[in-house]
Amino acid sequence: MAITWTHEVDAAIDAARRDRKPVLVDFTAAPM
Amino acid sequence: MWPDPEIESLVRDRFTPVRLHVKEQADAYTRASERFGASWTPTTLILDPAGVERHRIEGFLPRNDFLAQLHLGLGHVAFHEKRYDEAARAFDGVVSRFPESDAAPEAQYWAGVARYKGSGDAKDLGAVASAFQKRYGDSVWAKKASVWR
Repeated sequence: MAITWTHEVDAAIDAARRDRKPVLVDFTAAPM
Repeated sequence: MWPDPEIESLVRDRFTPVRLHVKEQADAYTRASERFGASWTPTTLILDPAGVERHRIEGFLPRNDFLAQLHLGLGHVAFHEKRYDEAARAFDGVVSRFPESDAAPEAQYWAGVARYKGSGDAKDLGAVASAFQKRYGDSVWAKKASVWR
């Protein structure tokens, strides 16, 4: 199962608080 | 991107993942890079669930080194949440699974600190200092632990 990425940090932090999971922020310039 | 099943499953199962591509999410990328002072790619930040940065990985790393850094970051998150047993297990895991990684001596140091924070027993720090006499003695983490001998 692929990773489901979000693209908004604050939305991720809200989800992290709810799920008690750390946030991983990947800053990238690699080809998608 | 990360063509490795273990990295994918670790990120999917243990983290809330945010990807900010410099072109595809240009506005969000700029806002977040300014917010966190992340001015290079690749940069990976690990934030605790309150949004506080606990670990940073800058630049490319090979698979095992990257995995080691992710586990190190999970250890730091647990440590700052005062879950010292869990933190020590995460740090110990870095040393045992990725002994050749640059993360390993750092993890060895923090494993001892986590044990000490959990127990209050200074012997846990002495044990780390002794461990550095056997392994990773040339690392900066050995210098930091040397005060506990």
